[in-house]
Order: sequence, then structure tokens, then C-alpha cells
Amino acid sequence: MIVWIILFPLIGAVINGLLFASGFWKKVCRGDEHSEHSISSLIASGAVLLSAILSTFYFVQLLSLDPPQRQIIQELFVWIPSGDFTVSFELMFDTLSSVMALVITWIGFLIHIYSIGYMHHDKAFAKYFTYLNIFVFFMLILVLGNNFPLMFVGWEGVGLASFLLIGFWYEDNEKAYAGRKAFIVNRIGDFGFLLGIFLIFFIFGSVNYQDVFGKAIDPAFMSAVPGVTITAIGLLLFVGAVGKSAQFPLYVWLPDAMAGPTPVSALIHAATMVTAGAYMMARCNVFYSQSPTTQMVVVSIAAFTAILAATIAITQNDIKKVLAYSTVSQLGYMFMAIGVGAYAAGLFHLVTHAFFKALLFLGSGSIIHAMSDEQDIRKMGGLRKSIPITAITFLIGTLAIAGLPFLSGFFSKDEILAALYDRGYTIHWIVALITVVLTALYMLRLYLLTFEGKSRVPESIKRYVHESPYSMTIPLIVLAVLSIFGGYIGVPDFMGRIIGLHDTNLFEHYISPAILLDNAKEVGHHLFGHWALVGFSIGGAALGIIIAFYLYYFKPSAPGEIANEIEPLYKASNNKWYVDELYDYIFVQPFSYLCTMAARFDQKIIDGAVNGVASVLKDTAYTLQTAQTGVIRSYATLMAIGAAAILIIIVLW
Amino acid sequence: MNISIEHYLVLSAILFVIGAYGVIVRKNLIIVLMSLELMLNSANLAFVAFSRALGDMTGHVFMIMSITVAAAEVAVGLALLVSIYSHRETLDIDVLKLLKG
Repeated sequence: MIVWIILFPLIGAVINGLLFASGFWKKVCRGDEHSEHSISSLIASGAVLLSAILSTFYFVQLLSLDPPQRQIIQELFVWIPSGDFTVSFELMFDTLSSVMALVITWIGFLIHIYSIGYMHHDKAFAKYFTYLNIFVFFMLILVLGNNFPLMFVGWEGVGLASFLLIGFWYEDNEKAYAGRKAFIVNRIGDFGFLLGIFLIFFIFGSVNYQDVFGKAIDPAFMSAVPGVTITAIGLLLFVGAVGKSAQFPLYVWLPDAMAGPTPVSALIHAATMVTAGAYMMARCNVFYSQSPTTQMVVVSIAAFTAILAATIAITQNDIKKVLAYSTVSQLGYMFMAIGVGAYAAGLFHLVTHAFFKALLFLGSGSIIHAMSDEQDIRKMGGLRKSIPITAITFLIGTLAIAGLPFLSGFFSKDEILAALYDRGYTIHWIVALITVVLTALYMLRLYLLTFEGKSRVPESIKRYVHESPYSMTIPLIVLAVLSIFGGYIGVPDFMGRIIGLHDTNLFEHYISPAILLDNAKEVGHHLFGHWALVGFSIGGAALGIIIAFYLYYFKPSAPGEIANEIEPLYKASNNKWYVDELYDYIFVQPFSYLCTMAARFDQKIIDGAVNGVASVLKDTAYTLQTAQTGVIRSYATLMAIGAAAILIIIVLW
Repeated sequence: MNISIEHYLVLSAILFVIGAYGVIVRKNLIIVLMSLELMLNSANLAFVAFSRALGDMTGHVFMIMSITVAAAEVAVGLALLVSIYSHRETLDIDVLKLLKG
């Protein structure tokens, strides 16, 4: 009964939503906000905990099966019966979706717990948890659905939840605008995704995963399908992923999405929803493995996104903006891995990224909480002593994402870099390596400016700086532990052999039944061996860390001088390479001009025609009105004259 | 003197014109209604005259029919008059012109 995994959050959302909307909670608690909050948070977190336990249960059950049989399918009902086209409401719990479900439910649970502390001042507490549960529900539909329409339902549902939660404080116009921006930009991607699904149905005559992928790996069937069609399917699906997973050129919504509450940024805009694109492409691996063109496009866009976002992140001063661009950059890594066909490496990075990025976002939330809603790192510094738990966990997250050896990010990033190099994408590998340096640099910069050095906290805030409550620090600690040790589920073969942990890459081995087609063509020329590659990535990370320490710890005056030296470059990076302005100029302004013209056309021409007809009729009616005197005798006279006239005409004609 | 169909028709026409004149000229609603009745009956006379001249019973049938309907019409018309009078205290049709546009 895997359906209960998705049902628990739905039930939680319904209970909280209905009782919140009806004011029932208020009556039960007689206006006592504290008990009101405890009830709704208990329901919401409990619901997610139940589905987390259930997913773990089914995960254990999968492990007990033979690897090729690791798949539980449950059909609930026929959803769309329409002639040849039938879609069932069918859930599949296989190795790929189990990894996603575990990440979503467990990290989701931790973030629910964290939210209890973070949101306790908020008056719309129950509404917040309703939305959060709705999000978990749709996200689980997305990953557990066994056909494309069902995935699309989840895809749109998480988009809705994201919109609702970004604009959660909708009284603030800018936040409401950010929510709309996210929704609209995602719509562009959804358009491509939908076209991709249509094309899949057109070619394969089904939307069910087993049917579609079964035919797609069948050489007899595929010989009749032109290669360009497969490329088109892959690219259209990738357009969807570009929107949802914030890749260039549609990444612009993600930094603005930070307007939402910070736990939302952690759950939706870092750990889970934005990785839906990576999940979808890993699921559709057969299309990507069969089209080198698509792979090249995916890798190139991903690499460009990774380095572009990293260069922006270096100069941002808003703590959440840095993390947002870092997320875009890390998503670029996942797509690079998927683009070269190293699906397991991409998903592995998805998992470890979910650990450390959720940790970093929750940490930033804890900082913002301590700083009375201040997000500007220029007004922080020296916070380590006043909020030690946040500082230590944040440092662990920073080092994990920077790729410090033996933390989780090290293993996953290293595997992606190795895959890029091994499969002959040398230029992309160099770009990724530069991004490693930049990642270490901007993350350490963030940490050092926030926690170390002299305090730049305004006196008015300084008195109130305090460590967060347990409900917030415990999730931080758990995620910090996961960020340290989470990487050991996917230690590469060659390292595992030496350390003596295990022979094979456990994660890759576990995922492999879901990867139906892997065109792992290793290019012969190995200039560098595995260990040399590891050395490169450690070296890159170390370089970034050293630069960051030099600039922001030992010589705090240096960054300002460098910024002055290369002012145009600094300004461009600080202004996000003016991409938002460019889009505004190319798309938003012409479109609003077009809309203004359309409105004017509507008012002047269309309304003018309608009003013109009406006024002509009205004038005629006024003229004719004078004939209606109301005097019966005159009517009778006219009738008589008329009748006589007709008679005369008939007789005399 | 032999009375031919022409005599009947002339009489019918005279009656019709008298009725029409009454409807157009008179101001009292009761007189207008009476004039209307005269016009109807002139038509009835023409029906019967033609029926007799042509030896066809259809005209008779129409006449009977018309008289019945006229009786009903008078009943309704008079009831309306009474009602109008009780509301407006006049039957002058030049005063009763609520339908002026």
C-alpha cells in the first residue's frame, strides 16, 4: 500500500487547511495561540513522519528483493479512460523513486520540525503547514507516479505550492511579485515538458513508464524511429527541467524565490522541488543515452549555468541570495552528470546536496532569526560566539559543499568531475573544476563574513542576538551529521577498495536497475588516473578555501581593493550580469507594451464599435419615439388611413 | 323590389364607416367600444351576405364564431372600462395616454 506514503501529507493538509479556514482551531483553543500552533504543527509533522517511516519500510522491502526485481507497483484506479488512451493512477516505488521519496520525506520532516520554531511568531501558522504538506504530497506524486501525466500533475502541484509559499507574506508586494515570477517562468519550462509528453505519446503510443521505456530500449522498435525524434523528446523534456531546476536561461526565478520563509527555501528551493528536473531526466535516461546531441546540449548548458551562478554568488551580500545562486550552480553539476550519462553520480549529488544545502539554508534561517530578520552579511561578522551551534553546523555545510575531502559533497562532486573527464568532456571538466574553486571561495566568504572577524552588527540588534530554540538546532545537527557521513553511501569503487569499506559504489549499484540504458563510453586516453582527478578536485577546493581565508580573514581590506580595481566586472557580477535587466528589456517591456496596445485597441476599436452600434440604435429610437403619442384616437386614425391606402393600392393597381 | 347582394354590401360598408368614424372621433371609451361593435357587425353582415349569394355555409360559421368572440370581447372590454374608471375617474381617451413614448 505505497499509496499511504502520498496520502498522509494530503490528509494532514486537508485537516489543517479545513480546520484553519473554518476557524475551528481558534474555537477549540479558545484563542490560545500556543496550543493552536502545537496542534497544527503536530498534525503536519506527524503526517510527514508517517510517510517517511512508510517510505523507509518499503525501502527496506526493496533491499530484500533481487536487484532486477526491485520495483513495487500499485494501481489505484483508471484515471483517464479514453479509447486507446488510458492513464492509470498508478504508483511505482523503485530504486530511483525510493531515493527521492526518502530524501523528500525525511528532509521534509526535519524542515517541518525546524519550521515550528522558525514560524512561531507568524499569525498564519496553520496555513503555512497546510501549504508545506500540500507540497510534500505533490512532490511524492511527482516521484512515485508511474506515468508521465501523473508526474506532470505533481510537477504542476509543486509549482503551485512553491508559488503559494514564495508569496506566503503576500502583503509585501515584492514577495507576491516573486511568487508570480516563479510561476510564470516555470510555465515556459512546463510548456516544453508537456510537448515532450505529447511527442512521447505520439511515438510510443503510451505514457506509462514501463511501456515507453520498454519500447525505447527495444532496438527493433527504435530502428523505425528517426534519431531526431529522440533528440527532440530529450530536448523538450530538458526544457521542462531547465524551468523547474533553474538552469540557464530560466534560472532567474530561483534567487527571487528566496522571498519565501527560509525553511521553504530549504525544502522546496534547495533540497527537493528544484531537483525534480534531475529526477525526471534520470527517469528518462533511455532518451538521453540514445542522443549524443541532447547530451551535448545538456552538459553545455549545465556547465554554463554552474559557472555563471558561481560568479554571481561571489559578490552577493544577501545571505540567502548567495545560497540561491549556489543552488543554481550545484544543480548545474547534477545536470552535467546526467548530461554525460552518469545518472547515478547526478542523483548522488542530488542526495548529498539535499543534505548540505538544506543544512545551509536552515542555518541561514537560524542566523536571520538571531539577527532579527537581517539578511545582509555586511551587517554581520563575529557571530560564532553568540550562536555557536548554528556556526558549527553552518561550517560543516560550507565545507561539505566546498568539497573538503571525506565530507559528503566531496564524494559526489568528485564522481561528477571524474565522469566528465572519463567520458571525454574535457572542456566541461575544466569549467566544472573552476566552479569548484569558485564554490569553495564564495561559500567560505559567506561563512567568514558571517561568523568570523570583527562584528559589524548594529548595536540595536546586537543585544537581541540569541541561539535558536531546540526545534531549530536539532534539525541542524541531524543535517550536519548527514552532511558529514551521507557521502559514504556512494564511495567510488577505487576509493572503497583502498579504504576497505566495500568493493562497489553502493549508491550506484542500488540505483542501477532504474537506469535502463547507460552509454558509458569511456574515452581511451587517460592522461590522468582516478587518483589524479581526485587530486585536482581537492586542489581546486583547497585553492578556493585558501583564497577565501586570505581575502576575508587575514586581509579584510583586500576584497574592497580588488573590487575597486576591477570595478566594472565587480558591478556586473553584483548585479547578476544584468540578466534580469536584459530579460526585462527583451521580454517584459515589449510584452507589457504589447499588452498596453492591446488594451488600447480593446478600449478604442472593439468597445468603440459596440458602443457605436448601441448609440446609433439609441438615437434612432429617440427619433421614432415621438410617433408614440399614447393617444388611441391618433393610432386608430393612422390605422384607418393605412388600411384605406392599402385597399386603394390593391384595387387600383 | 328585389334585394341583391349589392344592397347588403353597401349597408355593411355604411355601418363600417360609421363605426370607424366613431372610433376615430369620439372621446368616450364606452362610445368607442360601441362603435367598434358596429364595425364588427358590419363585417358579420358582409359574411352572411356573401354566404347566401354563393350558397356556401362557411360565411355563416364565421359569423357565428365572430359574434361569440365579440360577446367575450365586450365582457372583457366593459370590465376594463369599469376598472379604468375606478382608478382614473375618467373615460376620456385623450387623457388616458400612459403609453406615450
